[in-house]
Amino acid sequence: MNSALPLSQMPVGHKARVVTLMLDGFSRRRILDMGLIPGTVVEVLRRSPLGDPTAYRIRGSVIGLRKEEASRIIVENQ
Amino acid sequence: MGDVCHTCTACGITKARSLRTQYNVHKNSENDLVIALAGNPNVGKSTIFNTLTGLRQHTGNWPGKTVTQAQGNFQHRGRNFILVDLPGTYSLLSNSLDEEVARDFICFGQPDATIVVVDATCLARNLNLVLQVLEITPKAVLSVNLMDEAKSKGIHVDLDTLSRKLGVPVVGTTARTGAGLDELKEKVFQIAHGYEETKPISVVYDPEVDEVVQQLLPKVRPLLYGLNLNPYWVAMRLLDGDESFLQSLTRYTQRGELWQEGDMALCPQ
Ligand SMILES: Nc1nc2c(ncn2[C@@H]2O[C@H](COP(=O)(O)OP(=O)(O)OP(=O)(O)O)[C@@H](O)[C@H]2O)c(=O)[nH]1
Ligand SMILES: [Mg+2]
Repeated sequence: MNSALPLSQMPVGHKARVVTLMLDGFSRRRILDMGLIPGTVVEVLRRSPLGDPTAYRIRGSVIGLRKEEASRIIVENQ
Repeated sequence: MGDVCHTCTACGITKARSLRTQYNVHKNSENDLVIALAGNPNVGKSTIFNTLTGLRQHTGNWPGKTVTQAQGNFQHRGRNFILVDLPGTYSLLSNSLDEEVARDFICFGQPDATIVVVDATCLARNLNLVLQVLEITPKAVLSVNLMDEAKSKGIHVDLDTLSRKLGVPVVGTTARTGAGLDELKEKVFQIAHGYEETKPISVVYDPEVDEVVQQLLPKVRPLLYGLNLNPYWVAMRLLDGDESFLQSLTRYTQRGELWQEGDMALCPQ
């Protein structure tokens, strides 16, 4: 079984699938607008030296997320 | 109230005046057509804008905002088009300054048509904004740009199917070389004049949401009288509790008083 964890804890190079967003209001909207809807596959590309922000690949494009945001996106390991 | 009707944009004087003062859009003639250029960041909006308008352009700021505004003119079939380049956004709903500017111009600038530019190499991500624009206005044309990049990456975009599914014209473009821009101008001409009817795909919401929206619609419709703005979408924003949108609605339409009065008694027509 795959276990659920926050996207912020996924190691670089790994792929994960979005399970749920622990966000609401406009911050939820913003994440959805980036294409991070449940079921989407996300690849962790690289972390900046201080660990924040991190670059992710979704649907062929690269986005940057702060740790705070990524910690509220629950994913399962692919 | 003065002798000019502030509540009815069917009145040409009011519409022209509000475009000028609120968005710095200057029509030289009543026949000029106003076209908005929307899209995600970095999809080639400005390249399309520059190619279409050449040196006939003007940049400044959006009134009262620190967001850059670019406007220019192009001619097609003897008509003058005023093209307004909007900030690149992924959405019109998360309330960043850029998104407010883009949303307000599409909603209240009442463009004769809106071009939505998308990146052919990552369509899925771009379609979020496309659906949002199509919920607001049916007068839209899609420019699937970066067709050269898509080709070299082996990505084939089925433009006809996309057009059929979205219910609006779709044109493949390569802004860098200018390929497709003549066809884009022609589609914009057709849509802006209403010669070509569109039938945009409609987003279907859960029955519980729909039920509440249906209750709001009779109250929302009169407020939008004369504005080409989908009442269903406006009702959704009210349900969202979207303060920023509500403020803009009040400001741009000067209908604040109507929220209390609840009727159209102020309109002489
Ligand atoms: N290969 C290729 N490159 C393009 C095309 N259109 C635009 N570009 C390039 O893509 C980059 C971004 O183009 P812009 O026109 O600045 O994009 P924009 O949508 O205005 O970007 P923002 O205003 O930042 O949202 C530039 O380097 C352009 O030269 C195209 O059709 N093909
Ligand atoms: Mg630009």
